Amino acid sequence: MAAKKTERLLNLVICLLATRRYLTVQQIREAVPGYDADNEEAFRRMFERDKEELRELGVPLETGSNSNWDDEVGYRIARRDYQLPELTFERDEAAALGLAARLWQSAPLAGATGSALLKLRAAGIETPEGATGLEPRIGATEPTFEDCLAAAVAGRRLRFGYRTAGRPGSEDRQVEPWGVVSWHGRWYLVGHDLVREAPRVFRLSRIVGSVQAEGEDGAVVRPPNLDLTAMVARMAGDQPRTPARVRVRSGSCWELRREATAVEPDGDGWEVVELRFSDPERFADRVAGYGADAVVLAPEEVRASVVRRLSALAEPEVAR
Amino acid sequence: MSGSLDQLPRLLALVPYLLKRPGVPFATAAADFGITEDRLRKDLNLLWLCGLPGHYPGDLIEIEFEGDTITLSDAQGVDRPLRLTVDEALALVVALRTLAETPGLADPEPVLRALAKVEEAAGAAALPAARVQVALEGEGTVLPVVRDALERGQALHLTYWTAGRDETTDRDVDPVRLVTAEGQAYLEAWCRRAEGVRVFHLGRVEAVRVLDEPSRPPAGLPSRDLSQGLFQPAPEDTVVTLALEPGAAWVADFYPCDAVEELGDGRQVVTLRTSGTAWVRRLALSLGASGRVLSPPELAQQVREDARTALAAYSEQPST
Repeated sequence: MAAKKTERLLNLVICLLATRRYLTVQQIREAVPGYDADNEEAFRRMFERDKEELRELGVPLETGSNSNWDDEVGYRIARRDYQLPELTFERDEAAALGLAARLWQSAPLAGATGSALLKLRAAGIETPEGATGLEPRIGATEPTFEDCLAAAVAGRRLRFGYRTAGRPGSEDRQVEPWGVVSWHGRWYLVGHDLVREAPRVFRLSRIVGSVQAEGEDGAVVRPPNLDLTAMVARMAGDQPRTPARVRVRSGSCWELRREATAVEPDGDGWEVVELRFSDPERFADRVAGYGADAVVLAPEEVRASVVRRLSALAEPEVAR
Repeated sequence: MSGSLDQLPRLLALVPYLLKRPGVPFATAAADFGITEDRLRKDLNLLWLCGLPGHYPGDLIEIEFEGDTITLSDAQGVDRPLRLTVDEALALVVALRTLAETPGLADPEPVLRALAKVEEAAGAAALPAARVQVALEGEGTVLPVVRDALERGQALHLTYWTAGRDETTDRDVDPVRLVTAEGQAYLEAWCRRAEGVRVFHLGRVEAVRVLDEPSRPPAGLPSRDLSQGLFQPAPEDTVVTLALEPGAAWVADFYPCDAVEELGDGRQVVTLRTSGTAWVRRLALSLGASGRVLSPPELAQQVREDARTALAAYSEQPST
């Protein structure tokens, strides 16, 4: 934005904030320096672009006319809609804000965080730099994150290619987005799948290519009382319920021990731990990873799964 | 926010900022806005050309310089910052909610007060923030102790489980910072035992206590950029190639791979680099028939032997 243009736009904002009456475009042309005095069409184009830019910045331009008999549309900015309300922060609140602002660092929302902080500083709030070594971060490296977020916020339908684990290629999906959720460091899109006619959760890293937003803003109707995180959590895994007994070598399998409901000695250098799992195949994956340090005693189903994994690996290459 | 591109929103914040802080030094204002002093001077030179229609002396924004300080005495109506946009409100509200909901990351009470104030000031712009939820892995016992040590600059004693080797060790560390990545909390610290910087996954800390001695990490430790993930491969790492069946496609999602080659039908060959191969052995064991180590050949042979030893343990140990 050239300095001339910035100057014109700032003068326009000041002018429209100062007026109570709606100002017609001709009145604006006379009051604000920088508009072309000779070429009507060039002026109109310039003014349209300026309006557009101010609205993009969030400046609430009001249109209306001064009386019922006046049919020419005019413009003004209502102070009440323009300005951030007065607010003060206690020192500990400002510190919390400063820490929160660092969460999005180097993520797509870092820019919005920075400009929000500027506005709060302009309102008189001092956010401490706070080099306490606390650097919690919300990452968002998925390339479609910004488009999915924008569609969820605007309430627009999305279309994208989606790859399902264990199946080749990708399928076309059409979704009414309800929101985006970061769960265990990954972003998910939650919404209504228009083809399957049911709520679905999509992992952003499995979206192939780009996403297309379709339809009008606000076209997506969100059901009331949504718990987006709970929907993702349900899809990502259930509560562990099924009991298992695993014989583990002393001093090994820390992760299994941590979840154990009981640990009993079982001969020299071994213990038997009791714990619960949700998905038998995933539990077999975990136990198999410990090799000879962990032997599933029960249930038989998991034991067989682990033995199947190990047998596939124990054979020489040519035999597979 | 540098250059002239974002100049108008910056100016609209700069005027109320200066109005709140008569006599603010150039350096402070420039730092608060993240711009150079030269850029700030250009901004100010533009500001005092702007004002109410007519642009007589008393209509213009008035700024005085004294030494290296700035005093703005007449804002001509742009005396308050602009309201937060939807993106700005969303960035702050989601970050504050995440802080409040993650156990151990911050004292939730001031966070919730700050959140309430931001939501009230943002008004309707804060509503779409409900469409974004972030679940960070917090933890109520280890995290507060680590935070306390960082805030007071104390060293820590950790009992820590190393997943790759499946062993628990005791060590004294000098905390550098607490970070979250991929949704989980980590402590970056100087490990006195290993005499190097190590990253500790807080979920694997078995016990922690603050030592009665100050944290003294060696001076001049390089600051690492963790925005691209915690596990950054180094050139001297071992290159591992794995063949994955469709059921193991998640491996390519989960671990940072140098190359992913699609073989069709959902089968893949992935290449990754790692400083230690112990975890790859365990990964291969848990994958069973769905994954196979192609290279290095010694690693493939190790996995085969691991599987045989484990199978022997199963035949010795009947199910119960």
